Amino acid sequence: MNMIKDYEMVIGLEVHCELGTKTKIFCGCPTTFGAEPNTQCCPVCMGMPGTLPVLNKQVVEYAIKAGIATNCTIAEFSKQDRKNYFYPDLPKAYQISQYDLPLCEHGWLEIEGENGAKKIGITRIHIEEDAGKLIHNDEYGTMVDCNRCGVPLIEIVSEPDIRSAEEAIAYFKKLRAIILYTGISDCKMQEGSMRCDVNLSVRKKGAEKFGTRTEMKNLNSFTFIQKAIEYEYKRQVEEIEKGGTIVQETRRYDQNSGKTYSMRKKEDANDYRYFPDPDLAPIVTSKAKMEEIKNSIPTLPDERKKVYVGRYGLTPYDAELITNDLSTADYFEEAAKNTEYPKILANLIISEIMKLYDSENGEITVEPLHMAQIAQMQGSGEINSSVARKVVKALWENDEDAAEYVKRNDLAQINDEGILRAYIKEAIEKNPKSIEDYKKGKTAAAKAIMGQVMGRTQGRGNPILIDKLLTEALESLKQ
Amino acid sequence: MNITDLTVKELSEKLHKREISAVDAAEEYFSKIENTDDEIGAFVRLTREAALKQAENADKAIAEGSAAALTGIPYGMKDNICTRGSITSCASKMLENFVPPFDAFVTKKMQEANAVMLGKMNMDEFAMGSTTENSAFHVTKNPRDTSCVPGGSSGGSAAAVAAGETAFALGSDTGGSIRQPAAFCGVVGLKPTYGTVSRNGLVAFASSLDQIGPLARTVEDAAIILNAIAGHDPLDSTSVDREYGDFTADIGMGVKGMKAALPKEYFGQGIHPEIKEAVMNAAKAFEKMGAEIEEVSIPAMEYALPAYYVISSSEASSNLARFDGVRYGYRAQGDFEEMDDFYKNTRSEGFGKEVKRRIMLGSFALSSGYYDAYYKKALQVRTLIINDFNSVFEKHDFIISPVAPTTAYKIGEKTADPVEMYLGDIYTVPVNIAGLPGLSMPCGKDGNGLPIGMQLIGKAFSESTLLRAGYAYENYAG
Repeated sequence: MNMIKDYEMVIGLEVHCELGTKTKIFCGCPTTFGAEPNTQCCPVCMGMPGTLPVLNKQVVEYAIKAGIATNCTIAEFSKQDRKNYFYPDLPKAYQISQYDLPLCEHGWLEIEGENGAKKIGITRIHIEEDAGKLIHNDEYGTMVDCNRCGVPLIEIVSEPDIRSAEEAIAYFKKLRAIILYTGISDCKMQEGSMRCDVNLSVRKKGAEKFGTRTEMKNLNSFTFIQKAIEYEYKRQVEEIEKGGTIVQETRRYDQNSGKTYSMRKKEDANDYRYFPDPDLAPIVTSKAKMEEIKNSIPTLPDERKKVYVGRYGLTPYDAELITNDLSTADYFEEAAKNTEYPKILANLIISEIMKLYDSENGEITVEPLHMAQIAQMQGSGEINSSVARKVVKALWENDEDAAEYVKRNDLAQINDEGILRAYIKEAIEKNPKSIEDYKKGKTAAAKAIMGQVMGRTQGRGNPILIDKLLTEALESLKQ
Repeated sequence: MNITDLTVKELSEKLHKREISAVDAAEEYFSKIENTDDEIGAFVRLTREAALKQAENADKAIAEGSAAALTGIPYGMKDNICTRGSITSCASKMLENFVPPFDAFVTKKMQEANAVMLGKMNMDEFAMGSTTENSAFHVTKNPRDTSCVPGGSSGGSAAAVAAGETAFALGSDTGGSIRQPAAFCGVVGLKPTYGTVSRNGLVAFASSLDQIGPLARTVEDAAIILNAIAGHDPLDSTSVDREYGDFTADIGMGVKGMKAALPKEYFGQGIHPEIKEAVMNAAKAFEKMGAEIEEVSIPAMEYALPAYYVISSSEASSNLARFDGVRYGYRAQGDFEEMDDFYKNTRSEGFGKEVKRRIMLGSFALSSGYYDAYYKKALQVRTLIINDFNSVFEKHDFIISPVAPTTAYKIGEKTADPVEMYLGDIYTVPVNIAGLPGLSMPCGKDGNGLPIGMQLIGKAFSESTLLRAGYAYENYAG
């Protein structure tokens, strides 16, 4: 598999994101997820003859918000087009989308790549309506649920600037973070409110020309995106190395086998016969309106990241992790107000909270103030770092004043040199073998003793102090 | 006095004075329909029960003093306008049993006024045609000569008004579908400015061209009906939000000092000499009434017909795609291997020949590789036509033109050659392309005694001017 190193992948993502408007894009039906089939639809979203679409203004505002937040140019004049194709989940047999005059164009966002910050271009963002869902049932066959018909979507198309699965994930996470910050979507991937199509081609490193690309549709988790890219990259390289050619086609990623399968060749693809929808007026947005929308956007992840690095001393990588989720970032900022040790706070949040917290469905159960207490106690030496992590876990289950918890459970760090020296002495006496080893120059032997001393303190000993005292003791033994 | 001979205005007065009841008026019309419609075939369905209930409501409203101009007036509704709980078929097998779950905007307006819907009117399937021969149900005959077509696609609406089977009717006009049958049947038809009457509930043929309007016996009746249906509807994004006013207010002011235009392209090759003469005579009449007449030119008219057929068919190909048998309407029976086979069978069996022809034409025009040559080009022609009309209306109040190059022709005469049929739309389609109002009214008869129609065209939202001119001519010609 050495040959794979001679190639690079070229990836562009198309991300679909359901907007969190209360009502659908062209009618007054609710957009709530998970309702009984066909209970959230009306003649308009069911495409009954004689019905007409009326554009939900909030959809336009939300899309413009996404555009501004991703540095796009917003179109003063935009229009909606019909994309014509037959499918049972598409009641009108056309999807109202945008073809040549999307609302937003020429944007970008920045990711933390392997070699530092990298800009990924955004080609366009346009609005469109979602289709319904087909439900397959053994008794009745295939049935149509129109609840999702007309749920507003934005499609965000990236430039082919992405060069690895990691970059793709980083881009997707950043995009998700930005959208969550703007509040226009809940971005719940499990519910399909954020999904991703991956366009991927490969080329020899240093080559100018892009290879033929394939498209993998509807990937709805970070893992699937990663795996699909890795598989497809390898497949394409192997195909080319075998002397074959890549066919432009749509491929399906199968999550069970981890492979991609050909779905539809380009020549079988629909001719969508796009044309401007005559039922809808052009979308005209004034500069003043754009300004108004711009002012309604909260501080975005990149701006916060700068603050976290500059003011709190976080690494760019840690700052990116925390800012990727709005509620985590808000939480961090709230807690940071009450501790002098924001870096320790950040580490605790990344190593503990972010593992426990399901940002799609859950909430952070430890009060920010309590979290600040823990960081403060660790920073000031009242508790050591492993105790701090334990306290976070305990408070996650049962939140309370952190100082109280530490006191009641007797978790305070042991800084008393007398006590620690006694424990060290005890451990040395018990481990003559380790001492011999140490004397012979095996400094690693000290670690075993260190562990025993820490164990004797029930994990509460000050690790730095123990290390210092132990070294002293061992060195004196050498003489 | 025959109730069924009265104009809307006359009948309204009698109803308001309670000389007759709305229920009696409806009954009169139903018996007239019973006597004549087996022969004419203007209706596809009668809604007798609902009509009599509506008539009772009308009588109540009159008794309470809350009656409107159309209260208790019997009318016919073209079968492509949605009526809740009552079949709306578009004269297609595809929607033969389709019952809409909602009312069209105009249906609601009629109900609010307590007008009495007698039934639904025959038409060319999905409004595609110029003779009403494309109805999936039956042919409608011209009451002036039952061997002739009534025109189309609102042929049922025009024939019923001409035959006295209804006091007025609503139709829809995409390329002349109100004006041409009005001319063929010798009644008045008005296509309002695009955006004046909501399209909400009108089963779309070509969305950028479709407009609902009245067919009536007199110009004044048309104005009274327009009063009831014009107005902004937030549920139609192309409905224009403006003050429409009372279209009858200035109707009697005459045409003295007005400037009328005769575009030479409307009187060129292909027009029947008797029609040319009749319309020229009408122009002279306007002159005698004090209007100035001037010849003008609309050069882009040459391209109007092909542009119309490209635009209307393209939009239709998309608008009619929803009839796929999945949720409502006709569904092909059988076990199908592929979803596509289900679609193909449903649509092949459910649509008639002309509808399929236009869907194919439109799908072709929008296809990748052809879009620029056809659809885009047609939109450019559209701009040229709009500009040509605009420059005429800079100096003129209205245009006088024929409605069609011929009078009503024999049933079956033109069915073999669609292009010849399409040529009959040459004078009406530019008005739809430019979104302008067009009034069609009788201006004489040909050698066979068949009505000749005159068309008055105005700038956008100048219906009052057209109605005023039409009213003046009607009185002048007697």
